[in-house]
Amino acid sequence: MNDISTRPAAEAPPVEGAIVRLSEASLGDVGTIVDVRAESSPDNHGVNLEELQRRLLEFGFVEGARIEVIHEGAIRRDPIAVRLDDMRVALRRRDAEDVYILLDGAKT
Amino acid sequence: MSETLTSARVALVGNPNSGKTALFNALTGSRQKVANYAGVTVERKEGMITSAAGRNLYVLDLPGTYSLRARSPDEAVTRDAVLGRLEGETPPDVVICVADATNLRLVLRLAMELKQVGRPMVLALNMYDIAQRQGLRIDLEGLSREIGAPIVTTVATRKRGIEDLVAQVDALAAAGQLVGENTWREPNAAEIRQAHAEAQRLVRTYVRPPEHPDTWTGKIDKVLLHPVGGLAILLGLLFVMFQAVFTWATPAMDGIEAIFGALGQFVGAYVSNDLLRSLISDGIIAGVGSVLVFLPQILVLFFFIILLEDLGYMARAAFLMDRIMGGAGLHGRAFIPLLSSFACAIPGIMSTRVIDSKEDRLTTILVAPLMTCSARIPVYTLIIGAFIPNERVWGFASLQGLVMFGLYASGILSALAISFVIRRVFWRGTVEPFLMELPTYKMPEPKSVLRNLWIRAKIFLNRAGRIILPMMILIWVLSTFPYPPEGATQPAIDYSFAGMIGHAIQPLLAPIGFNWQMSIALVPGMAAREVAVAALGTVYAIGDAENNVGALGTALANHWSLATGLSFLAWYVFAPQCAPTLGVVKRETNSWRWPVIMFVYMVALAYTASFIVYHTAVALGGG
Repeated sequence: MNDISTRPAAEAPPVEGAIVRLSEASLGDVGTIVDVRAESSPDNHGVNLEELQRRLLEFGFVEGARIEVIHEGAIRRDPIAVRLDDMRVALRRRDAEDVYILLDGAKT
Repeated sequence: MSETLTSARVALVGNPNSGKTALFNALTGSRQKVANYAGVTVERKEGMITSAAGRNLYVLDLPGTYSLRARSPDEAVTRDAVLGRLEGETPPDVVICVADATNLRLVLRLAMELKQVGRPMVLALNMYDIAQRQGLRIDLEGLSREIGAPIVTTVATRKRGIEDLVAQVDALAAAGQLVGENTWREPNAAEIRQAHAEAQRLVRTYVRPPEHPDTWTGKIDKVLLHPVGGLAILLGLLFVMFQAVFTWATPAMDGIEAIFGALGQFVGAYVSNDLLRSLISDGIIAGVGSVLVFLPQILVLFFFIILLEDLGYMARAAFLMDRIMGGAGLHGRAFIPLLSSFACAIPGIMSTRVIDSKEDRLTTILVAPLMTCSARIPVYTLIIGAFIPNERVWGFASLQGLVMFGLYASGILSALAISFVIRRVFWRGTVEPFLMELPTYKMPEPKSVLRNLWIRAKIFLNRAGRIILPMMILIWVLSTFPYPPEGATQPAIDYSFAGMIGHAIQPLLAPIGFNWQMSIALVPGMAAREVAVAALGTVYAIGDAENNVGALGTALANHWSLATGLSFLAWYVFAPQCAPTLGVVKRETNSWRWPVIMFVYMVALAYTASFIVYHTAVALGGG
């Protein structure tokens, strides 16, 4: 299995509108996780990026997982709750920046 | 070597919300011991069962985790216990990996990690009844073959599958299967991905998705997690909780007070030595009674907390509150400890263990005593009754009630402000990531709720015995010795060490409007906040002040100005007038540094607040 997390940012999938960061997803967005990286806002998580990435992976934010945004908080629509395969997980938008989702219905 | 194994150590490991503790209870029944691990303040729960073959199995319930890669002190205990690295713990002979049968993917990854440790393992598929009801089919044989461990299906809450589980564990212990090599090490991102892919493959191959998946959780969440409605429901719940804490607990509290009062008198009648009698009835019995009286409130509060936790609501509450508390630099998980602190800061501080990061946990501990605990209520009631007229404002609200509300609000707002400051002074940077599973809603089991409640009560009583009792004796010594001289005109306490301390600190407290009687009352008031009421009664020579609040209130209204009364209230919002809390902070943080910091900042805050309140009130004509 190739570790796409080490891929440089410049090669980010450029498909507009189809692939979104989980941090910017809206309520009701459904899709498949295509990439989980360790690169954005290193000082913004309280732990280093590699640790954040491992925690996300451990919770099941892995490439290929099905995801749907099911709830949003009241203030700035944060945190969010997602349905991740067959479980529900809550997280903050700022910790979800490096999770990329290919939205259903989008052409790749 | 196998035949010589007449007893075996068994460790229970599993994801949070897998019903691990229910399984532990089903296995060991009431034969449980709750203690702490050496050096860390993580609860160690062990129980014993005797297998059909006569082997004693010592079962250890380890804190729930998603990975052996530990993040919180709790999870570090799980890792070290499984790896046999925990000081003073024998490594387990058999590991039971507990899984929620309806949610296998994450736990299979954990099971793979456990296999790497090389110890014999049984996989317990718990909540199997729910899986069956949903029409979820699991190929147990195939899955068991792939992961290389026997599988047992259990329904812990109905005690189903328990005998089978014990038999499997017993068989592994009897086989004395040589412990394999430990090949576990912290996985990196690529390895976690790989393990997930493997777990995913196992699930696809051996689990047929449910025919009738649970739809209730989604429906309930539509309401409970609604951005506006959800918060309103949370507030409503809190309101009901506080009503219950103060109304349900009152009869029991009156009962406890009566019992301790009678006990004190009973002992007093049989002990002829004056000093010994005073030590026993005024020091120990009255002192311990004054803390035990909070047990009913703590139990009512914990009843709600345990119920909501078992229901699966607490993770939702953390979700709803995370952003609001995050603005002040607090983690969403700090919500539950801070909530507990409204009954008493001691259980609140103890429950901060659910917070992963040390910084987030310390911030929560430092501000927990600012939540208005129930020990402040007698003080507030006394002062408000004496100084605030019983009037209605705006036609409907009681002025006294408004002042009470204001005191609660100042506690909450100052806690938020302080944690905001702590985040900038002690540790900059952001709070830990908030990543939390929102478990499926489940009906709580009455028995398990009661058992947890009993455990909470035992922990509180234990604490009362070990920390509060010595503190009470110390404070009794300070307020009793030395004796007043012959022909003394003032109350005895005036001549004691407490009196001396009170007189010594009085000049310091004069700028905030405190007289020497108040300064003296603060010394025994260190035992617990409400003891100050009794102490004021002593210095103003009002017998049985706690049951004679009216007379004491009148005395205070005659001796104090309005400004002094308000200043005293402000003091009690902030001051660390509770030695047991400081003791618990020392225990939980394993250092004197944090209790000292807490004491200093709270005194500074109390002094500043009282100073401002006093001088404002004087300037407005309340002097």
